[in-house]
Amino acid sequence: MNANDIAMSAAPVQEASGAAARPVLVSPPSVSPSRRAWQRFRRNRLGYWSLVLFCLLVALSLFAEVLSNDKPLVVRYQGQLYFPLVKDYSEKTFDGDFDTPADYLDPFIKGKLTQGGNWAVYPPNSYGPRTINYFAKEPNPSAPSRDNLLGTDDRGRDLLAQLVYGFRLSVLFGLALTIIGVVMGVIAGAIQGYAGGKTDLIGQRFMEIWSSMPELYLLIIFSAMFAPSVGLLLVLLSLFGWMGLSDYVRAEFLRNRQMDYVRAAKALGVSNLQIMWRHILPNSLTPVVTFLPFRMSASILALTSLDFLGLGVPPGTPSLGELLSQGKANIDAWWISISTFAVLVVTLLLLTFMGDALRDALDPRKADA
Amino acid sequence: MTATSTAACPLPAHENFPPESRLSAERAPSLLLEVKNLCVSFAGKEVVRGISFSMAPGEKLALVGESGSGKTVTALSLLRLVADAATSGQALFEAPGGRSDLLALPESTLRGIRGRDIAMIFQEPMTALNPLFTVGEQIAEVLQLKQGLAQAQSVQAAIELLASTGIPEPARRARAFPHQLSGGQRQRAMIAMALACRPRLLLADEPTTALDVTLRGQILDLLGDLQRRNGMAVLLITHDLNLVRRFADRVAVMENGHIVEQGAVAEVFASPRHPYTRKLLDSRPARDVAQASAFAPGVPAVMQASHVRVAYPVPVPGFRGWFRRGEFVAVKDASFTISPGRTLGIVGESGSGKSTLALASLGLLKFSGQLHAAGQPWSRQAAGNKAIRRAVQVVFQDPFSSLSPRMTVEAIVEEGLLVHEPGLGLAQRRMRVEQALAEVSMSEAQFPGLLRRYPHEFSGGQRQRLAIARVLIINPSLLVLDEPTSALDVTIQKQVLALLQRLQRERGLSYFLITHDIDVIRAMAHDVMVMKDGEIIESGSVFDVLDAPRHPYTKILVAQG
Repeated sequence: MNANDIAMSAAPVQEASGAAARPVLVSPPSVSPSRRAWQRFRRNRLGYWSLVLFCLLVALSLFAEVLSNDKPLVVRYQGQLYFPLVKDYSEKTFDGDFDTPADYLDPFIKGKLTQGGNWAVYPPNSYGPRTINYFAKEPNPSAPSRDNLLGTDDRGRDLLAQLVYGFRLSVLFGLALTIIGVVMGVIAGAIQGYAGGKTDLIGQRFMEIWSSMPELYLLIIFSAMFAPSVGLLLVLLSLFGWMGLSDYVRAEFLRNRQMDYVRAAKALGVSNLQIMWRHILPNSLTPVVTFLPFRMSASILALTSLDFLGLGVPPGTPSLGELLSQGKANIDAWWISISTFAVLVVTLLLLTFMGDALRDALDPRKADA
Repeated sequence: MTATSTAACPLPAHENFPPESRLSAERAPSLLLEVKNLCVSFAGKEVVRGISFSMAPGEKLALVGESGSGKTVTALSLLRLVADAATSGQALFEAPGGRSDLLALPESTLRGIRGRDIAMIFQEPMTALNPLFTVGEQIAEVLQLKQGLAQAQSVQAAIELLASTGIPEPARRARAFPHQLSGGQRQRAMIAMALACRPRLLLADEPTTALDVTLRGQILDLLGDLQRRNGMAVLLITHDLNLVRRFADRVAVMENGHIVEQGAVAEVFASPRHPYTRKLLDSRPARDVAQASAFAPGVPAVMQASHVRVAYPVPVPGFRGWFRRGEFVAVKDASFTISPGRTLGIVGESGSGKSTLALASLGLLKFSGQLHAAGQPWSRQAAGNKAIRRAVQVVFQDPFSSLSPRMTVEAIVEEGLLVHEPGLGLAQRRMRVEQALAEVSMSEAQFPGLLRRYPHEFSGGQRQRLAIARVLIINPSLLVLDEPTSALDVTIQKQVLALLQRLQRERGLSYFLITHDIDVIRAMAHDVMVMKDGEIIESGSVFDVLDAPRHPYTKILVAQG
């Protein structure tokens, strides 16, 4: 009663009196509930700037090939333009001896490319994720230097390049895993919650059995049976990743299907699929959206942990987990562990800040003020 | 209260006035409570805007207003129970230790006053009582804290308090948990708890609103009885003018945070000075329905039910429950006919099965028996029901849950067209939506950008209009109205009922009206059925049933209304 009293008094629109259509004082522009949530999110500065920074980092990492690569972006050789980034050229193109893909870091080729009117534009960091610096002045892993800004790992690969590519892989993997998990979780939760009864009972028992499977052992077994790849990992982790979310969606559907607006839609003859899609789903998305950043950081962490254990992506793939395990193996090469650690912490922190802000923005108890 | 309970609950010195000296304000030694210029605001929004009133010892003052008028906040702020509120003004209370300002007292002193000198009872006893403790324990706790009684004494005193509120078998009820008591018993238990220390002032916040009509009178009589016996003052907060008329000495009418009028009840009710008071007093729904011809044999019925029975499965306790389920019969053998242009009202208390019958008539629940609508029975397949769905529509009670908060007005209202007239183009649909909205007196001129607005921007009455527009758009012949105005304020209720009456006259609609409110039935119905415990105990034309009730239960209902 009390809360209702206050809520009513705060209602923006005055009650129209009778049939006499007196214009009602309403000026605030009409905004949808999701738009209001976004405005609340924007008011949380930490969360908002975390989102901006995270998006910027992801966008930059999508152009990793331009930023960090062992191939020049553009080459002008004897009056002709070459684009090694998009096309492989033989060494013979640049008057080398062998018909193999050109190694642009080879001092011989480098020299050819700078002779006379020839020139080449290299990316800011001229190493790819797998490029081994054969010309390092120190034994591997070598400390940060002018050649390798963050040093190299124990195989002589540039650390900065690996971090850039590893970050990209982690984020894209996390995004893919989250999206697959959300879609599967929402579908499973929606069906269980909306149908209720036996469907719900069977679904819940299945999930209990499924979630008690030892996930890590399955991963070890599968990584022994199949060639490890990012795709396989995505499939295996998705098989188990949808369950946490589907419980929340199920609960929301169970609650919302009792609401009068759903009954009214049923009475209008709206089909079950339409009711789920148009009426219940938009009102059940709050936990889904709130958990997105947290799920994504959990996915990134899962990939990193598996890589650290050597059960993750195939060897040679740039990955943060593999770098961490290198850092552990070479404990005196501090640049490996510290820089990888920093990248991970920043990524996870940004996601957590975003998650906190989202949770506050979608909290139904918070007012708009 | 009995003599023994007085012994167990020792009277403070100030309680020893002869009770009759408190009955009238003029003879009272001084004012018990004097509120001066009280303002309460939440985050800069003023809810109570400078109100002043006073209460003599033993006086019954009613604070009347619609939701949002600030009456509950006023009562709560007297005990400083509102969180995050900024209050100003004075509330001088004659405490045993002397006159003091409730709004300025230190928290520790105020805690002593709460419960001992000023007690409060709330609208919903289910949420106001702690579900983890028995009723007796909760009352005994108050006695131990405030009166310093020993454990054994306090338990005995609690039982006596329960007995004084008229609960049968008080010793057994004292060991019951709140959920094991009925609504009326819970409210009695809460009253017993509030009166445990014989407060000088009782704040009663809508004490009967959550109760069924037949219980309301009993609880009110009990309050009046206890008030006389204990000589306490009662501040009754309510929106129900009938209660005020029956209970209070004086009345203060609140609107929008102001007290617009106060005075003796008889005076204010006989000659209200403020227009708002007049509007409130005038809000009893008026009967303005077409005298539709009685059931004619030639005209097909809009809905015809015979021997409809609805049962819910309920778990069977114990080992047997593993293998089979019991059933709870919500509606037993209901038969009725609704003719075109007429309104059939069902009246009954909560739990009588009237809403279940409504859902069954909409084909939203499984039932057995015959139920024809628009000339055909409900089918098991959704596709077979399309014609009936178009003919039979529903308006629910709670305007806040009956509209999806994430859909625009246009999307909500046009939904029926998408299902039943999928061939319509965008422009045609929009035109129909605007027509339907115009029928319920909502227009673009009143609400700029109406179609793109969301439900949260509208008040309860406006939402109910939107819910009506949503069903009107597909031209149904029968509307099931499930307590269509119970959640609305009285003045808004009158408007919505007038709208429904107009629609019936203009379109020849039939209504199947479910309500607990005799006034609404009187204003709207042609025929009426009285339901109790799933059975139809009396039915007939509205005047026959209400003016000459035969069943004893109907007599109580009519007397309370």
